[in-house]
Formats: sequence, structure tokens, C-alpha cells
Amino acid sequence: MYRYTDFDKAFLATRNAQFRAQVERRLKGHLTEDEFKPLRLMNGVYLQLHAYMLRVAIPYGTLNADQMRQLAYLAERWDKGYGHFTTRQNIQYNWPKLPDIPDMLDALGEVGLHAIQTSGNTIRNTTADPFAGAAADEIADPRPLAELIRQWSTDHPEFQFLGRKFKIAITGSADDRAVTAAHDIGLRIVEKNGEQGLQVLIGGGLGRTPMIGQVLRDFLPRADLLPYLEAVLATYNQLGRRDNKYKARIKITVHEHGIESIRAMVEGRFAQIRPDFTGADQALLRAIEAQFAPPAFRGGNTEAHDAAYGADPVFRSWADTNLAPHRRADHAIVSISLKAHGATPGDASADQMRSMADLAERYGYDELRISHEQNVILPHVHKSDLPALHAALKAQGLATANIGLISDIIACPGMDYCALATARSIPIAQEIATRFDELKLEHDIGPMKIKISGCINACGHHHVGHIGILGLDRAGVENYQITLGGDGGPDATLGSRTGPGFPADEIVPAIERLMLAYLDLRQGPGETFLATYRRLGADPFKSALYDSARTKAA
Amino acid sequence: MTDTALEIAPGTLPETVLVTDAGFSRDDWSGPETRTATLAPDDRAGELSDRLCGLELIRVRFPAFADGRGFTLARDLRRMGYRGRLRAVGHVLADQYAMARRAGFDEVEIDADLAARQPENQWRARANWQAHDYQARLRGRSSGAPA
Ligand code: HEM
Ligand code: SF4
Repeated sequence: MYRYTDFDKAFLATRNAQFRAQVERRLKGHLTEDEFKPLRLMNGVYLQLHAYMLRVAIPYGTLNADQMRQLAYLAERWDKGYGHFTTRQNIQYNWPKLPDIPDMLDALGEVGLHAIQTSGNTIRNTTADPFAGAAADEIADPRPLAELIRQWSTDHPEFQFLGRKFKIAITGSADDRAVTAAHDIGLRIVEKNGEQGLQVLIGGGLGRTPMIGQVLRDFLPRADLLPYLEAVLATYNQLGRRDNKYKARIKITVHEHGIESIRAMVEGRFAQIRPDFTGADQALLRAIEAQFAPPAFRGGNTEAHDAAYGADPVFRSWADTNLAPHRRADHAIVSISLKAHGATPGDASADQMRSMADLAERYGYDELRISHEQNVILPHVHKSDLPALHAALKAQGLATANIGLISDIIACPGMDYCALATARSIPIAQEIATRFDELKLEHDIGPMKIKISGCINACGHHHVGHIGILGLDRAGVENYQITLGGDGGPDATLGSRTGPGFPADEIVPAIERLMLAYLDLRQGPGETFLATYRRLGADPFKSALYDSARTKAA
Repeated sequence: MTDTALEIAPGTLPETVLVTDAGFSRDDWSGPETRTATLAPDDRAGELSDRLCGLELIRVRFPAFADGRGFTLARDLRRMGYRGRLRAVGHVLADQYAMARRAGFDEVEIDADLAARQPENQWRARANWQAHDYQARLRGRSSGAPA
């Protein structure tokens, strides 16, 4: 795992001192509110409905136990005892006071964490596959490149005042767990003739105009990454619209100018910029890569696991849903669900954070990950430790066996916290989870991604949910629109709207009708909802949604 | 964001302050205007490519501090080989001074109101722009300014 160099440490301390001075200068009137706003945003401070919010980056989703404990400390010392893990590998504190924030940033700095460029019209925290360095299906660990991008994008003098925010995601596996196609730039490590390079996607994004990224360069040599990114950003900085906030993202730039013309501009610039990079970045990359060397995996047999799997049905159910294949057969990737039925998706209390940190130290080689699905992951656990780990998680209420199931819902903060929200999203997630838990249908239904956003900004990624729920405001009344068939994986697809939305008290029954229809229509337990939807199209699901409602209304 | 400073041709008023690493000073440019050029945020550096050799001062206007296109313009001009004075003019914050220098500007010209609100010490605090510069590190240079 990456440890801060002296350079990183000195940079961060100076940056935090600058922000402390900026807060003071704002309070004294040296900076106007308008001038202060982008400065606080590029330091992670956002103004929410009730209070300021601090969004802390978890670079490429990777944390060690000490860092997790520090996140717990911040939650207790300056917030209400919990934090909220977001869909972009950040953690948000919803109740800090502005004058406290410089102290919070210093506390984060002590463990090599920061809130730089987690908001504002800058290059945001680069996200990566949460299973990076552990997944059985990986071509290469994407985190060294993500760390290189972190260093390049941090305080980049040219790109701190872009037309709009800019998000980059990277995956090293064909099974894209980083939703790269829904990012301004998506990077996929690929192999060609035995050489590793990157497929570069551009112009993806959700929000009010959802678009799937298009391939800008099919194979980019790794050593060209930074000059190429710089060429894309410089092109966007000049060309992106600044007259209309809703047309300012690069997806609109690509849409308006066409991918061919953007490609010509980017390649032209790239040729000019490439000579600026003379190899120092590659030397740094090699040093970074050395730090991401895998831990010294321990051997030993897996009998304890095999025995528990045979004997304990609760363990078996958890193992079936919450484990993923590790690159080593005697290890597993463990997902800890932050989606206990009825809880707020993504929330973790300080106690829970500390327990997870302890467990990571005890069983997980001191590593934790945050997934964009708002869960916590222990990427490396020896199988023989799984029964003990499961028991410890169970004692903390962290052993919910629902990863990838209908109650593993992504939900944005919505009306409960967000100033832009047009509807609640957290309570809808809680009701759906509770309802399907009562029905005991969750495991029957199998793989299912429900994603909920509280307004068209789509922070809950509803467009790429198998079922997407979008909360709108219809004449002062919450109304929930459903989309079906979305997919955030390698063949990313946007969901299609089914028809009119449902009021808050009818949305859970509507989802229930959809699920019952699916169980009826599928060719067997092996056919997932998404596969059934793709085979049959939207019609049978639309009639499940609307025909019975009409009958009921009649 | 409105900014009246930019409605006035820079250099004609004593009402502006020049900021360099040394702090505040008066505009000391006394050459002919024919040896200068002014670019707006939506101009392209390429528009000056024919004249570049004859220019000694290029002003890049920042009508609003939140419009960062001027930083890319500065990089482009330096990359095209421009070695003369490069000045950011308008609504630039003390907090942007290091960015401006690293992007290739030599100096910043601000109006008197802004200079009063953000006094010299706040700019001087960023005069150490060559320190803590990831770009310089990644490009193997000791300082951030493009060659
Ligand atoms: C003779 C030495 C120095 C003096 C007299 C000095 C003075 C000041 C003053 C007056 C401020 C502005 C406070 C305000 O906001 O009103 C300031 C800010 C600052 N100084 Fe210094 N300083 C000195 C050296 C340094 C050095 C060596 C560094 C860094 C290596 C440094 C880093 C900073 C930083 C980061 C700020 C905050 C800038 C901001 O964001 O506004 N200073 N300094
Ligand atoms: S989707 Fe809308 S309501 Fe939800 S967090 Fe984003 S802006 Fe707020």
C-alpha cells in the first residue's frame, strides 16, 4: 500500500495551512463568499442543506487500519459519531463546523489522508476497482496508475478552475467494477501482444444527461498516460462550455463536437505535450508500484473454512453472497455490507469503523477498501480465518449476507441531507430492504442492483441500476420514476424509463410486483433479472407495474 | 461574476497593481503597444503564432477568477516557444498566484480594489510557488514553470 513520501507530507501540510489561512481570510473579509466558494470546494468543504459537509477522499478506495481508525476519530470528535461512505470512494461528514474543518484536515494529514479536490470544478478523486490487487480476474493492479494520477492531478495549475467537475475511474479487470463507462474519463488496463496498455473512454456520465463513455484511444501505452490525460483536460478546459452549467461536462463537449473531432484535437495536443514528460514520471511510477507489492500471503490449509461451510448455514449463506474469488485459491475477498436491512446505506458508526480496522489488522493484512457500492471490503483474508471473522462481524451487526442482492441498494443522501434533492432516497432504500427481508425472497431473487437518486443529478447512479429509482417533485409531492435494464459493468447500459412514476407509498409495492413478475417469468433460478429483462424486453415488466395498479385504481 | 477592471485597457490607469514574486509594484512596461497582444479566455494561443517573435508582452485576461481557460492559454504560449513577458490581467486571486506562475505567467495585474482587499502579504505568501509542486516532480524539473 502506498505510504506518503516526505514530498507528499510536506505538500499536504502546506496545503492544509493554506486552507486554514483561507478560512481566516474569509472570516475577515479578504475573500468574498464567491471567491471562497471554489477554494473551500477544492478542499472538500461543501455547503449542504443543514450544515457544511466535509468530503474526504479515500484514494482508489484503499485504506489501512490506522487510517480507518482516524476516520472513526473524526466522526466522534467533530461529527455525530458516524460517517457516510459515498459512491465515489469518499467518506462524508455531514455535521462539521467550518472553523473546525482545518483541524479535521490536519488530523487526516497525520495518517496521509486528505479532502483535496473532492468537490468543485476540478479533477476529482480517481476511483478504482475495490478488488484491485486481490481479484482473481485481474490483468494488473490499477492502483499504481491511480496514485500516479492522484499526484499529477493534485493542485495541477492548469486544471483547478475547469468548466465543471471531472471524474476519472480506472479498472485492471475485464469485469469492470469501477463503472468506468460512466466517468468523464474511464481507463481500462488491457493487454495487446503481451504488452499492457490502457483503453481510454471519454464522455461518460450520469446526471441529467446520462451518457455511456466512448472509446477515445483503444490502446494507450502506459508511459503515455499523463501527457494523454493532460491533452484531454487541456482540450476540455478550452472547449467545454462555460455558458451553461448543465452543458459544461465533457460528455456534452464530446456530444456537440463529435468523438472524431475531439480525438483529432486531443491527439494533436498530445503530440505537443508528450515531450514534456521525459521519464521522471515513469521513475516515480516504478517507486509507487514497489509500494503496492502484494502482502506476504500466508499458506496453510482451509479446513476450518470447509468445516464451517458444511456445518453452519448462517456462515454458508454469508460466504455465498459476501465472498469473491481471490487471486490465491486459499484466500478470499470479503465484502462487509453496510446495508443492514433498514439501515442507511453507506453509513458506518465510529465503533463499526474501529471494529473493521481491528479485523483488517487481525485477519486482513492491514488493508481495507471502500467500494462504489458503499460497502467495505477486506481484500485479502485467508480462508481458514473466515469463520472467526464472520463471528466477529456478526457480533458487531456487520455480517449482513446481502452483497449484490436486492437490499444491497445504492442510495444518495437525498432530501435527508442534500440541498438539491427533490425527494427522499434513504427511506425508500430502507423500506425496500425491510420489505424483501420480510418476504424472505432476497436470496431467491438473486443478483439485483437497485440504485436510488433523490434528484436528476443522479448521485445514486440510478441509470445503471438493474432497477433505477429517481425521486422527483411533482407539484410538491414526491414521485418516483422507475428505469429498468441499466448496467454499470463492462457492457454499460442505461436503463429505460417504464412510464409514469409512483408516489412514495406505492413505490415499494411496485418493486414487489416487478420482482414477483420476474420470479414468474425467469427460465430458472440461473436466469438473473437482468438476463430475463434482456430476453423479454420491458413489456411484461411494464404490465406488472401498471396493469395491476390500474386494476386497483378501477 | 462581473468585473469592471477589465473594461479598462490595462496599463492606462494607475489604478492597477502588478504582482510578482517580489510583491506589489507599479506597471513598469513602457514599450510600444505594437509589441504587445491581449488574449481573452476564448481566444487560442495559435492566433498569435505568426506574431510571436515580435511580441514582448502578452496579456491574458481573466474576466472572472473562476474561468481557468487562461491557465491553458499560458501553457500553450510557453509550449509554442514564447519567451517574453506573460501577464495574467484581471480578477485573479492571491490563492491563484502559484497556479499562474506554474502555468507560465511571469506576473499578475490586478485592480486597486482587489489589491486593497487582498494585500501584498497574501500574495507574498504564495511567492514560494516553486515548492511542493507535483508537476515539476513528475516532469523532472526543479521548478514548475514550463521551459
Ligand atoms: C519571512 C517569512 C514570512 C513572513 C513574514 C510570512 C508572512 C505571512 C503572512 C502575513 C501571511 C498571510 C496571513 C493572512 O492571511 O493574512 C502568510 C501566509 C502564509 N504563509 Fe507566510 N510568511 C513567511 C514565510 C513563509 C514560508 C517560508 C512559507 C512556506 C514554506 C509560508 C507559507 C505561508 C502559507 C502557506 C500561508 C497561507 C497562504 C494563504 O493561503 O493565504 N510563509 N505568511
Ligand atoms: S442525486 Fe440529487 S439529491 Fe441525491 S445527492 Fe445528488 S444532488 Fe443530492
